[in-house]
Amino acid sequence: MDAQTTVTIVIDGREVEAQPGSMVIEAADAANIYIPRFCYHPKLSIAANCRMCLVEVEKAPKPLPACATPVSEGMIVQTRSATAVDAQQGTMEFLLINHPLDCPVCDQGGECPLQDQAMGYGQDSSRYQEDKRAKAPLDLGPLVATAMTRCIHCTRCVRFGREIAGTMELGATGRGEDMTIETYLDGSVDSEVSGNIIDLCPVGALTSKPYRFTARPWELFSHEGISPHDSLGTNITLQTAHQAVKRVVPRNNEEINECWISDRDRFAYEGAECDDRLTQPMIRRKEGLVQTSWEEALAETAAAMREAAEQDGSQLAALIHPMSSMEESFLLQKIMRGLGSDQIDHRLLQRDFSDDATAPAYPGLEVALSDIESLKGILLVGCNPRKEAPLLALRMRKMAEQGGVVGMLGSHVPELNFSVCASHAVKPADLPSAFGALARGAGVSDSIAAAASGHYGDPQGSELDGLLQVLSQAGGDGIILLGQGALNHPAAGTVRTIAGRLAEQTGMQLGVLSPANSAGAWWAGAVPHRTAEAKPAKTAGANASQMADLTVHTVLLYGLESSIDHSDPVRLEGMLDRAQRVVSFSAFRSAVSDQADIVLPIAPYTEFSGRYLNCNGVVQSANAALAPRGNSRPGWKVLRVLGNFLSLVDFDYDDLEQVGAELSCPPAVSMRSADGSGTVPVPAVDGSDAATAEDLFTLIAERSIYQADPIVRRSNALARTRDGSAEAFCRFHPGDLEAAGLSGVSQVQLVGQHHQATLQVTVDRGVVRGSVLVFVGSSTTAGFGSDSVVSVRPVT
Amino acid sequence: MSDPSEIRVCLPPEDATTPWTLSSYQERGGYQAWAEVLRNQTPREEIIETLKASGLRGRGGAGFPTGLKLSFMPRDAQGQKYIVCNSDESEPGTFKDRDILRFNPHQVIEGMALAGYAIGATVGFNYIRGEYYEPWQRFEAALAEARQAGLLGEDLKGSGIAFELHSQRGAGAYICGEETALLESLEGKKGLPRFKPPFPAQVGAFGKPTTINNTETLASIPPIIRNGAEWFSRIGVENSGGTKIYSVSGHVNRPGNYEVPMGIPFRDLLAMAGGVQDGRTLKAVIPGGSSVPVVPGDVIMECTMDYDGLSQVGSALGAGSVIVMDETTCMVEVLERISFFYFAESCGQCTPCREGTGWLYRMIRRIRTGEGTHEDLDRLKSVADRIEGRTICALGDAAAWPVQSFLKHFRHEFEAMIPRKDAA
Amino acid sequence: MTESGNVLPEVIIQKIEAEAGKYPTRRAAVKSALRYAQAEFGWISEDVVKAVAEVLDLERIEVFEVASFYDMFYTRPVGRFPVRVCTNVSCLLRGADDIMNSLCQRLGVEAGETTADGRFTVFPAECLGACGGAPMMAVGDDYHEDLEAGGLDEILERYQ
Ligand SMILES: Cc1cc2nc3c(=O)[nH]c(=O)nc-3n(C[C@H](O)[C@H](O)[C@H](O)COP(=O)(O)O)c2cc1C
Ligand code: SF4
Ligand code: FES
Repeated sequence: MDAQTTVTIVIDGREVEAQPGSMVIEAADAANIYIPRFCYHPKLSIAANCRMCLVEVEKAPKPLPACATPVSEGMIVQTRSATAVDAQQGTMEFLLINHPLDCPVCDQGGECPLQDQAMGYGQDSSRYQEDKRAKAPLDLGPLVATAMTRCIHCTRCVRFGREIAGTMELGATGRGEDMTIETYLDGSVDSEVSGNIIDLCPVGALTSKPYRFTARPWELFSHEGISPHDSLGTNITLQTAHQAVKRVVPRNNEEINECWISDRDRFAYEGAECDDRLTQPMIRRKEGLVQTSWEEALAETAAAMREAAEQDGSQLAALIHPMSSMEESFLLQKIMRGLGSDQIDHRLLQRDFSDDATAPAYPGLEVALSDIESLKGILLVGCNPRKEAPLLALRMRKMAEQGGVVGMLGSHVPELNFSVCASHAVKPADLPSAFGALARGAGVSDSIAAAASGHYGDPQGSELDGLLQVLSQAGGDGIILLGQGALNHPAAGTVRTIAGRLAEQTGMQLGVLSPANSAGAWWAGAVPHRTAEAKPAKTAGANASQMADLTVHTVLLYGLESSIDHSDPVRLEGMLDRAQRVVSFSAFRSAVSDQADIVLPIAPYTEFSGRYLNCNGVVQSANAALAPRGNSRPGWKVLRVLGNFLSLVDFDYDDLEQVGAELSCPPAVSMRSADGSGTVPVPAVDGSDAATAEDLFTLIAERSIYQADPIVRRSNALARTRDGSAEAFCRFHPGDLEAAGLSGVSQVQLVGQHHQATLQVTVDRGVVRGSVLVFVGSSTTAGFGSDSVVSVRPVT
Repeated sequence: MSDPSEIRVCLPPEDATTPWTLSSYQERGGYQAWAEVLRNQTPREEIIETLKASGLRGRGGAGFPTGLKLSFMPRDAQGQKYIVCNSDESEPGTFKDRDILRFNPHQVIEGMALAGYAIGATVGFNYIRGEYYEPWQRFEAALAEARQAGLLGEDLKGSGIAFELHSQRGAGAYICGEETALLESLEGKKGLPRFKPPFPAQVGAFGKPTTINNTETLASIPPIIRNGAEWFSRIGVENSGGTKIYSVSGHVNRPGNYEVPMGIPFRDLLAMAGGVQDGRTLKAVIPGGSSVPVVPGDVIMECTMDYDGLSQVGSALGAGSVIVMDETTCMVEVLERISFFYFAESCGQCTPCREGTGWLYRMIRRIRTGEGTHEDLDRLKSVADRIEGRTICALGDAAAWPVQSFLKHFRHEFEAMIPRKDAA
Repeated sequence: MTESGNVLPEVIIQKIEAEAGKYPTRRAAVKSALRYAQAEFGWISEDVVKAVAEVLDLERIEVFEVASFYDMFYTRPVGRFPVRVCTNVSCLLRGADDIMNSLCQRLGVEAGETTADGRFTVFPAECLGACGGAPMMAVGDDYHEDLEAGGLDEILERYQ
């Protein structure tokens, strides 16, 4: 630290350097001098209400709260003087008089600051002889268990909602002793980041509901993990006891997740722990799938693959879920390529691959996550950061709170937890032309203009004005971010190209929010046109969408649920029907494809070690928290042995490190197209609206947050949240409901060419007119992925 | 039948019939000071210096020198600043601001305009306690009159000076009288006091530099500017300039507001209020609102009513709210009632106040109902000591002081209520 | 704005807007908004909270925090005329207990209860700032001072 810019204070006789404007508690923490505290939290505003951190400051007439007292040159602080200790003991006594002291039955017991500090600062016998206060139980829904009598009113949970999450679910109602932490009308607390209040609560008032009573803290073993459900690479700690993951908590990483994790990161482990696990290899016999040995299952797999490869490499196809680790992706593509096939892809939901040739080495964000908050602006295209990558939304919120501007373009403009300056909803088919027009409005000339058609011909003075303003206010210091709505669009190549040109024109950075470990899969070579480290593939096999039209001998399904995890499950179904052999690598019994001939039980991420590449190009390792259940095995080991069965060269790995060593560290993220030519592919869909008939609605298919992969899908707790039931609903613009005479109708039947289902109706002003939004992450709705228009009929 | 020693500075003359109207106020010289400022663009420093010299101290309870407080405003800071009037008046025994608002609202407006001008604030807010409906109506009517007369608004009388003023009603919470809780409430939040620093002069209403003064303080400003600092300071005594409205309540024959020079002997004030009710003997007086330490009758009879006089006897002038108790008063019952008040009005954020005020009240109630023990008396004192000075705002102190002082002076009454062991 | 069934009549919304216009933030109008709504509906119901939240662009829990903090907001139905009897020191010294008792007796309720005809709810109140006129009570917005038990009937008569 620069002597000029710091002040020196004396704490307990020790000289301590501190930043001007910082608080005494920060200086003490930096010097490892412990001051007790409850309400203070470095990421939250200072409340100074618990009065636990009172210290003696020379010349101050009374003890001062260390958390709220700014340092000043020469200040002399005593944290253990008689005055300070009496103040701290006084507070502790007040905190305990109405506290139940039920530590033996409290989930926080053993890791409770109140319990610890009561030992250090409390007195033995209670002088309180009045009746203790009791608070009514509070039902906060499936994630958070409560015992509000234990609440010490530090308001950390309330401040978290208001300041960090931006969705104020909890409030402090009433006054004085009646002050109560509660939700309005017993609403549930299950936004995508609510679980953090469990970590924030310093006592056992808010604890994890799924974890409740399942273990005691001293029984837990901790394992460092990486959450694989989105592309941020959130650092987690998996805690295990009795051969099971009991709890997942954040691991601090200021560059990535700070001290937060999303509810998906926290509770998805429940899916891995469910009863639906596969623990034995199986093979299809006359009587159906029967258990077999690994030996036999792998031998048959190898035989089928060899038979296919002997005809031609193109007789083999492999689809792999993007949640897979880099080693899994790497080994699977290595096997495929070893057998002469380039037909491997992880981009299961993507529909348009027209810009594959110019695609960057791997997808990501050109701005570091920790720099998002200091940007001046963000343009979101087909993106719902809250549900796609919840912690990224928290970073964006910080930016918005500091005056950064946000614009949104897409078919669904969702409600965000920060303010959006301008938004424009377009029919799915119009996205490329609207985006093209926006780019032209921002000064992009040339062929981009061609993409702008219809009423987006003239961007000026149109509904795009607000978005143009966002771009100009960002003034080059911002990011254009494409989300699922853009990346899975039928003309995604066009959208990506426009984004590239717009970024070039405005000087903004570029980012795509691809799912899970997609970046790792790209770099590991799990794409048809590139092998590991983004080297061009020999033949460029079929991509994930084209594969669904093929007739091949053997198909490998790795970690996906074929009826759900594909953009067009109906077509994929046909492909599996036509294949002679289908091999399913799966952790879950019910995720195994009906057509599977060989089933290989692989471990979920909680049970194997592996590496993940995040959206900022950071490679991180996760450790297995448990041994694989039953006879299941880590996928990378299965693939290694399969390689041996196939007698492929270079498959003699002794351990995971040797696999990893074959993959170099990727270069920094750059989303600029590889050749820079920027020829815009003609939109893959024509601009006209397919839904012309009266009762036809254009279908917008989204993935809900808790249906992203086979593991989250199986988390009981998450399934019971509001987002967990998203698939049961379809959403309409209220104006459309009225126009279609459907106001007040609670259920409708949606009928498409390929699929139909009966869904509940909800109103959502963010859905573009003439469309219906459906969440396609469950078996009842996945089939809509194959449809583009549906008719709507009320169900009575 | 106004008493000869009464000098009305903040209250209108008793013979005025509709003193709350603009015309009546102007007849008594009202708005002259403001008009002069608008005419001459008086340097801001001059007003502040006059107030400093006048010896005016805050009438809201803490007695902070008003001129000094105004001088804390960052003079050259750009951007919006605010002047806020604290008309939340809720300390038990206090009812002076109500009468100022009811009978002399224009003087508050003029005082706010002058103070606002002095600190460079073009907008003011008067936060009036929610229960004061009639006073609020009078104030609103006065605002309308003042606007109409071109005394509030933009570019007043062509001076280029702007001053706009709004009132906001509270909704029933004593804590909103604490200045930072008031600011929170003004912003539409719960009235939770803010930790200081930062002080309102740095971060006040809506995040902008703000000065907050009591109604009586602000109402004192126009006459001071009009008549000069010396005129005011001479009325009172050293260290306590001017007049003060004493709200006299309890066991007196003529309860009410009496505006008299600072430093008046308590004896004289009591006489003005008609003496102790029904000729009974004085037992004790709480001289500054229910939070200040109680003073035994014989002690206060020798005391003068000003900052120094009352601090010499271990109490405080507070808001000048004089609660008189005669010989029939049960001090345990009074303390129980006072303790209940602070318990009921604690905002609830600070641990010692939220938990301690209830504890105090319950112990005192237990003693009053004959279920106390001797340990309770020491415990009362130590719990009070553990609240005092350890909270964000002074409500914690306000809850502790009565307990400490009642025990100090009237411990025998508490002891008398504790059942003797052998009787049990 | 009223699409989701906002219960506030247009005139009240206009009054809220006028109040909001006085401040740099809309939120500052929340107490006024609740007061106007309470004058209309008698208490702060769920619908009122929802409507005020919508008009001022606040979270419902934020509105409820405010509604539950201040004594003058009723988050439960009360009589048409809330009667608040000051029981604090100055009034206590001058017979507030008698007034409270005799009022309750006359109305046939306990403190905190509402009369059978829904006219009055009696509340013990903290100091209402009229200690010079102790004992006193407020009926709705009106103060009644220097009370005597014998004069209560005549006062209550005025509130129908
Ligand atoms: C709990 C508490 C209640 C208060 N209530 C009032 C009040 O009702 N009216 C008032 O003017 N000041 C009240 N004050 C004092 C104010 O915080 C503040 O000091 C005062 O408004 C400053 O104005 P002045 O300098 O003109 O006295 C209260 C303080 C505390 C701690
Ligand atoms: S001392 Fe009491 S009233 Fe004051 S801020 Fe703390 S809890 Fe609130
Ligand atoms: S940690 Fe400082 S007051 Fe709570």
